[in-house]
Amino acid sequence: MAKSISVEEALKVYHDMLLIRRFEERSAQLYGMGLIAGFCHLYIGQEAVVVGIQSVLQPQDTVITAYRDHGHMLACGMDPKGVMAELTGRIGGYSKGKGGSMHMFSREKNFFGGHGIVGAQIPIGTGLAFAHQYKGDHGVCIASMGDGAANQGQVYESYNMAALWKLPVIYVVENNHYGMGTSVERSSAGPNYYGRGQGWGIIGEKVDGMEYLEVVAAARRAVDHARSGKGPYILEMDTYRYRGHSMSDPAKYRSKEEVEGIKEKRDPIDRFKDYMVKNLKITDDQIKVIEDKVKGVVAEAVEFAKTSPEPEVSELYTDVLKEEISIT
Amino acid sequence: MTLSQNEKPMPHQSLTSMSVREALRDAMAEEMQRDDSVFLLGEEVAEYNGAYKVSQGLLDAFGSKRVVDTPITEHGFAGLGVGAAFGGLRPIVEFMTFNFSMQAIDQIINSAAKTLYMSGGQMGCPIVFRGPNGAASRVGAQHSHCFASWYAHCPGLKVVSPYSAGDAKALLKAAIRDPNPVIFLENELLYGQHFDDVSQDPEHVLPIGQALVRREGKDVTLTAFSIMVGKALEAAEELAREGIEAEVIDLRTLRPLDVETIVRSVMKTNRIVSIEESWPYAGIGSEIAAQMMEHAFDYLDAPVVRVTGVDVPMPYAANLEHLALPQVENIVEAAKSVCYRS
Repeated sequence: MAKSISVEEALKVYHDMLLIRRFEERSAQLYGMGLIAGFCHLYIGQEAVVVGIQSVLQPQDTVITAYRDHGHMLACGMDPKGVMAELTGRIGGYSKGKGGSMHMFSREKNFFGGHGIVGAQIPIGTGLAFAHQYKGDHGVCIASMGDGAANQGQVYESYNMAALWKLPVIYVVENNHYGMGTSVERSSAGPNYYGRGQGWGIIGEKVDGMEYLEVVAAARRAVDHARSGKGPYILEMDTYRYRGHSMSDPAKYRSKEEVEGIKEKRDPIDRFKDYMVKNLKITDDQIKVIEDKVKGVVAEAVEFAKTSPEPEVSELYTDVLKEEISIT
Repeated sequence: MTLSQNEKPMPHQSLTSMSVREALRDAMAEEMQRDDSVFLLGEEVAEYNGAYKVSQGLLDAFGSKRVVDTPITEHGFAGLGVGAAFGGLRPIVEFMTFNFSMQAIDQIINSAAKTLYMSGGQMGCPIVFRGPNGAASRVGAQHSHCFASWYAHCPGLKVVSPYSAGDAKALLKAAIRDPNPVIFLENELLYGQHFDDVSQDPEHVLPIGQALVRREGKDVTLTAFSIMVGKALEAAEELAREGIEAEVIDLRTLRPLDVETIVRSVMKTNRIVSIEESWPYAGIGSEIAAQMMEHAFDYLDAPVVRVTGVDVPMPYAANLEHLALPQVENIVEAAKSVCYRS
């Protein structure tokens, strides 16, 4: 790895990635126990992408993604208790239990969802960037999609407008190689997602999304570009999801050897741990402290998610419309 | 045009005559003047001054930051508008016609309408989608489609469809100030019509969700919205000549529907005819019929009758198009039938 990082930063990165991993593992368990229902898309394997990108953001920046969103939320600093309680459909969840796994938001952390319609988050993210530019707040928007969403027409409608108006948006294609059960080879003619902005003059680059420091370096280039008024940027993150598309997917469309090979050779957390140990001389004890801390945070989140009550029956009818007329 | 910031507001009793087109433009101009976060986005809204000239003069008055020409990309710019609203702005998204909103309907329903609920009340989407809706004249099936019942079906949206210039102005202002997504259905054939009911008071705003009794009568209630209000009023004139006093209710808002005003009228007339230019199946008239069953059943002396467009895609031929749309004679006939008069 070419780039350097301080011990303190490294421990935080390790913490943040491990938190996502352990959180998602417990989500899978809770799903198996029937405490989480419906659609639940796990982020395991892709942790370096969100943690890396988040590390270069400023407080006014906005983040939006699709339905594989738990990792993004934790990376944004949202409370694991609130996220887990949303998964269990409880009042303590970020959406009071009314959104579920795919629909969570945090105004406080500038996380704008959490969208269940593949690709719909991309024009919305472009609109968030439009708002940054309009307000002149020097913010940028990170709009993430999978390789599957990257074939939706509205993505290209967005590329066009973003390039036309030089909007401060970074389109992140998290290429985990499968849109549900269809591999990129079977879904995409010329699957160089990073190059798909060329027609509009949008710079794109392909990044090893399993290598934290590579993600950070690329994200910094992209964010600097967008923040300086030069317009959109595309980052294709070469990554991999270890689990099926959702909890109901046994992932029979790929071989066990393929998955195990990635886990063994490219796992982002293992690789980062090796880097810390070799280059920063971080000790096993320091790592254990982080691991214990993460374990505690996740256990606390699970406990909260199990014990937080279901929403009151009256919540069925609230939040359909905002009734007050704002006077600005 | 009322663009001057220093213009002294006139009392709202002072009413002016202007076209619906000008009234809509003035509504946008006044709200843009009032609130910097309001901007207009759509195809041909800026340099072309609007495909139907509704945004005439706005680019000159407010500049290209706030009056934004988009590429022809409805799905994309509707979604961009939703994102801008999430990001703290108040977009007015113009569809050149609402026919093209079908390209964007996922963003309108799934993103704009549902996100407040899905976020447990955190998000909110203060956005107006506006443009001409329904049949114009001789533009065929794909350009003559009324979306009133489509959008009125969906919780999380408000749906407004004004008739007069004064209502168009005061309700568009309300829509822009509303913290929710509002579908604002205009009518191309009304754009050029003048009405002398336009308030010049920039603070004159009508509440969304209130119908207006445009003509009082005791024998039969006629409900209509948008251009069909004019047809209903014409029909009422004709009915009066035959001794039937029709009460004409301009619904103005389709969601939330002002059921109370309709019920109050039916309690008096005991008969109701619903008029709309859209298709009959699962239309606004179907909803009104159901509401009357639920809320005014004991007051009805005749079944609810719906006057609607014919249940076919809009034909191009002049004679067929005429037949496909509700005409004054259809309304007269329907009103007589519920009064058991021939």
